[in-house]
Amino acid sequence: MTALSTYLSRDWLLSETPSSRTHAAWVRRYRGWLQFRGNGLAMVGLITVIVMIVASLAAPLLAFQDPSAQDLAGRLAPPSAAHWFGTDELGRDIYARILYGGRVTLGMVVAVVLLVAPIGLAVGCIAGYFGGIVDRALMRLTDVFLAFPRLVLALAFVAALKPGITSAVIAIALTAWPPYARLARAETLTVRNTDYIAAVRMTGARSGRIILRHIVPLCVSSVIVRVTLDMSGIILTAAALGFLGMGAQPPLPEWGTMIASSRAYILEQWWVPTIPGIAIFIASLAFNLLGDGMRDVLDPRQR
Amino acid sequence: MADMIEVNDLIVRFGEVQAVKGVSFRVGTGENFGLVGESGSGKSTVLRALSGLNPDWSGDMVIAGQGLTPHRSRDFYRRVQMVFQDPYGSLHPRQTIDRILSEPLLVHGMRDVDQRIARGLNEVALPQTARFRYPHQLSGGQRQRVAIARALMSEPEVVLLDEPTSALDVSVQAEVLNLLADLQQARGLTYVLVSHNLAVVAHLCKRIAVMQGGQIVETITAEDLRAGRTKHPHTAALRELSVELEEPEGTAA
Repeated sequence: MTALSTYLSRDWLLSETPSSRTHAAWVRRYRGWLQFRGNGLAMVGLITVIVMIVASLAAPLLAFQDPSAQDLAGRLAPPSAAHWFGTDELGRDIYARILYGGRVTLGMVVAVVLLVAPIGLAVGCIAGYFGGIVDRALMRLTDVFLAFPRLVLALAFVAALKPGITSAVIAIALTAWPPYARLARAETLTVRNTDYIAAVRMTGARSGRIILRHIVPLCVSSVIVRVTLDMSGIILTAAALGFLGMGAQPPLPEWGTMIASSRAYILEQWWVPTIPGIAIFIASLAFNLLGDGMRDVLDPRQR
Repeated sequence: MADMIEVNDLIVRFGEVQAVKGVSFRVGTGENFGLVGESGSGKSTVLRALSGLNPDWSGDMVIAGQGLTPHRSRDFYRRVQMVFQDPYGSLHPRQTIDRILSEPLLVHGMRDVDQRIARGLNEVALPQTARFRYPHQLSGGQRQRVAIARALMSEPEVVLLDEPTSALDVSVQAEVLNLLADLQQARGLTYVLVSHNLAVVAHLCKRIAVMQGGQIVETITAEDLRAGRTKHPHTAALRELSVELEEPEGTAA
């Protein structure tokens, strides 16, 4: 018990003379956290993102109705005590569908990021470190993908496969990685010729080790920042694919799909398409605020 | 005394420009060899070619009886190490001192990492409390000590010093130079020191080569240099300049 409380004490976390590598890493993280906490808007973003993720994960506990239970008699009902956000065109509870839809939409975003960030990092760092022919080959490949309009390529890809969440995730990932590769490459180019990398090369380490252990850690922070800022774009693309009928398929609740299927009622029963729209808006905004705050803490150029 | 380093007719090109135009010199085992010259004279380029960091060179270079190729083996990097000019730029900004010092040990598969790092810090007179700090928490002199400790981690025979003190305060410069001299005594190292500062080179090296425009114009002993027995006009000019720079301080005091 005493051991745990010393580890969690403020003195331990702010120590000027850390006693181990892990300790030093925690001191650095804690200082970053203190800086991040000082940024009010970023904290709003972080809390919103956490609330949305927790609410989506806890959807079965928070929703009172089955998100796909239809009640044609009570369709297009305005918000009430029974249905907090009203009901949609098939009488399904919108509140429940927003919660379950968060699972689908946010899940897609996370899947895209997990696919995209490592690919972009790997391509960018390898191209930047080796330079020459490797660089040219990898960067022209990146340019090819960058040349396609994002949504159009994603649409074509989904249309070629079968519409659905998996295809949508792959399609978005396919169009989203090139900026990360460019970012990682630019970052690698700035550190490649520094003395500290020269010193690592003088240990006789292999290129793979140098890239993985010494270069990637320097690129990760700017990629994380970029990812957080891109989250909103990914949410919008996922929603757009859903809206165009190429993403999640009904009756699966997905925010974009929800807007698409209810767009006919925007004038008379405005809450039906508006509420998922607000959900998309809040999620995008929260990720953007979070990204801005992360940049202040992580971006090495702003130190 | 067997020669540790032998360089014959070294030529280094950067595109069209020939930065080093046929440089030859020899350094004995345990000797200190100095390379001086103005910026752009090619002295650092010679060192980079020797270290393997710049693979575009032609000529013959031999270290400890082994001919050097553009690509160096891991064993080469165990035996030959380098200390860089700028201690603010030569330490990885996101790694603790511990991590920086352990890297050469891990790459060469050496045992007793913990004790070796502790000993390495001792050797360069850094407190053990510095071990888990980040470079930005240390002063310039302390950083250069870390860089020296890193260079010595793999127990090299040759250490290439690229202006090791020029980025430091004058008061710290002397400390670092004395540290380098002590380490050489204790370990029998061979140094090649590059500097534009004649005083620094003459302090550490017995034999000094003066470079101008990519060529060695004169090789001179430190005593001859101090006494002003120079043969080439450029050496005399460099010497006069450094004397002139020191004189005003002397008269003011």
